[in-house]
Amino acid sequence: MRKFLLFVPLVIFLILGTFFYLQLGKDTQYMPSALIGKNVPSFKMVSLKTDQVLTQDDLPKQPYLINFWGTWCPACHIEHPFLVELAEQGVTLVGVDYKDEKSLAEQWLAQKGNPYTMILMDELGRFGVDLGVTGAPETFVVNASGQIVYRHQGPINADNWSEIKGYLQ
Amino acid sequence: MLPEIGQFSLILSLFFALSLAFVPLIGYWTGNRLLLETARPLTFIMSFLVLVSFVILGWSFAVDDFSVLYVSQNSNSQLPIWYKLSALWGGHEGSLLLWVLILVGWCSAVALKIKTLPKDIGPIVLSILGMVSLGFLAFLLFTSSPFVRLLPNAPADGGDLNPLLQDIGLIVHPPLLYMGYVGFSVAFAFAVAALITGSLNSSWARWARPWTAASWAFLTLGITLGSWWAYYELGWGGWWFWDPVENASFMPWLAGTALLHSLAVTEKRGVFKSWTVLLAIFTFSLSLLGTFLVRSGVLTSVHSFAADPTRGVFILTLLLILVGGSLLLYAVRAAQVRSSVSFGVTGREAWLLLNNILLTVLTLTVLLGTLYPLIFDALDLGKISVGAPYFNTVFTPIALLLIVFMAVGPLSKWHNTKPSVFLWPCLVSAVLSILISGVITFIYEFNLIAWLSLSVALWVVCLSFGDWFIKVSAGTKGIIPRARQLPRNYYGMLLAHLGIVVTLVGIVLVSLNSSESLLRLSPGDQASVAGYEFRFDALEQVKGPNYVADKGHFTAYKNGLPVAELHPEKRLFTTRQQVMTEAALDAGFTRDLYISLGEKLDGSAWGVRIYVKSFVRWIWLGGLMMMAGGLLAALDKRYKRRVNDHA
Repeated sequence: MRKFLLFVPLVIFLILGTFFYLQLGKDTQYMPSALIGKNVPSFKMVSLKTDQVLTQDDLPKQPYLINFWGTWCPACHIEHPFLVELAEQGVTLVGVDYKDEKSLAEQWLAQKGNPYTMILMDELGRFGVDLGVTGAPETFVVNASGQIVYRHQGPINADNWSEIKGYLQ
Repeated sequence: MLPEIGQFSLILSLFFALSLAFVPLIGYWTGNRLLLETARPLTFIMSFLVLVSFVILGWSFAVDDFSVLYVSQNSNSQLPIWYKLSALWGGHEGSLLLWVLILVGWCSAVALKIKTLPKDIGPIVLSILGMVSLGFLAFLLFTSSPFVRLLPNAPADGGDLNPLLQDIGLIVHPPLLYMGYVGFSVAFAFAVAALITGSLNSSWARWARPWTAASWAFLTLGITLGSWWAYYELGWGGWWFWDPVENASFMPWLAGTALLHSLAVTEKRGVFKSWTVLLAIFTFSLSLLGTFLVRSGVLTSVHSFAADPTRGVFILTLLLILVGGSLLLYAVRAAQVRSSVSFGVTGREAWLLLNNILLTVLTLTVLLGTLYPLIFDALDLGKISVGAPYFNTVFTPIALLLIVFMAVGPLSKWHNTKPSVFLWPCLVSAVLSILISGVITFIYEFNLIAWLSLSVALWVVCLSFGDWFIKVSAGTKGIIPRARQLPRNYYGMLLAHLGIVVTLVGIVLVSLNSSESLLRLSPGDQASVAGYEFRFDALEQVKGPNYVADKGHFTAYKNGLPVAELHPEKRLFTTRQQVMTEAALDAGFTRDLYISLGEKLDGSAWGVRIYVKSFVRWIWLGGLMMMAGGLLAALDKRYKRRVNDHA
């Protein structure tokens, strides 16, 4: 019995090693949010448009999307026209300008149009950390009671919109 | 030419490591003294060769040799010289070379001290270290050589070091962390050597103790510095994030702490022999696991600056050979070990057993939290992430319990302790600590958790000094001569335990008594945060060696008197077009003032974050005390004796 017990560490290690092996080369970037079913974390950020300090109490009361973007992010350029389209269809979008500069962001919105009902400046990426954002663009669906119900990594487009839209009820 | 010599020198060292890994062992099995004696010179030559290639790589950075791919990726001509040199370990290849350099450094240190070991143990320890070196040299040469050239089209200038890494904290943080990580390889080598030779008596524990204490001290300092660096550089004022990379360094620390204690029991009483060997293997395995997790990209992390999945297979194989091999050896050989000594439930053995159980549970808690997402994913159960809430809820109560017992343990005697030994000191300390912390809690209006934590902290302080006082006042010699007679080991322990308390106080107060505000300020404006007045005096444009910056001038006043000037910056690094926030700090013994410039708003106004953090320095002060305690214990006179004098 004692002899058998001494092999336990080895066996545990080999099992762990197998897990590591299976995991090698997998896309570890994709991750649904741990925040699903939870409220949007509290924050204090400056509004890009009005320069006022906004908190979670200022968020829309109907279902909406939180969209992380930045002028430095190539995929956001691709995503932007679709967001403008969504805004025209009446979708409420809260933009988070992520690790970006104000002047560049204003220029971008002036050129491409502004689909957002409010834009928060997350210049240090701290709100991004709170939400577990891994990059931009990244979008969270929030329901009417203020809970996060879905997280989407990468640009929103016509193909994946139908799925995201399903969560936006 | 020079980089080729560096590469060549590295290849040569691989061959010396190969010889070191096998020749002394063959000597041991065939009883050939001569082969056994080769261990020492082989170690020195191997180490020297690695040092040569390290120096050459450093030189390539210093003279901006951008024909070397690694240099061109991690440095550029505008960098100040000290950042050029530290850029050497800014990327994967260089940090691995540093890893190997430190490993062979430890090997040489053991080789230098070989006279303190019995004749056949020393060479075998070196041989095991040679195997570890062999593995990492092979990893370095086959998958990640830092000397790859970009010839004949060498770029005119390099790509720049990640701006986050351009900082004094990061110049010294990785080397210290590696000193600790890698240092545990020595304890590992001792344990494996004991398994191979079958001399699993308590003497291997005595040899391994100073090495373990020294590595533990370095690791403590490394983690402390890392935490301090994250606090002031990452720009959001936190000091620990339970990130996989941080956990990777914390797990060996926890296991190493357990090892430090169980080595003491094994040495003094000859119990837990088998467990201590396992713990030594476990500690070093966790160091290797840390390297694997950080380097392979298996886990995502906010600060994996250099990750590559293709290298994962190699490290995993290495892990399998080193850890799997030693665990197999353990399974086969440890059955011969029997601890015949018994001990009572109140003896010091029992207290240290409790320490080991709790520390192991803590290590497994962190390990589980770190690996859970990975295992979940591998079983296709979906993706999850484990965050700070898990670690805080599970870790905190166990850690507090451990600290409570930490104070009582030193009072106890080996084998059995009379209850009366504990009774009075514990009773007095309990009453004192609950009352004093109650008063503090009442005055500052803290909550119940703060009261509990502060009581625990004071409890340790009372009992530690109480224990010291009991020890020095016994006998007739007078306090000062008695105090000087107590071994360094004892003072090391006292210092490290008090360090834990100082850190605990820092953690509790910083989490309960800090304030934070985001304000909109223009030059000339004033704001009041937590009893301090902050004045935004002016803003200017400055130019650094490789960046341009907006620099704010702030003055903090308390009760109308200026107490500090702060200069936060917003830097634009020209090569990478990357913006970095350089927060300004005014450090103090009981509070830190912390200002970071946010975004420029309309006109002259800026978004400014101001934090007042209570006692945050204590977290790192405690770390420094623990490190000093570890070093003091490592330098205890007992370990310096040569074997022949002793046996």
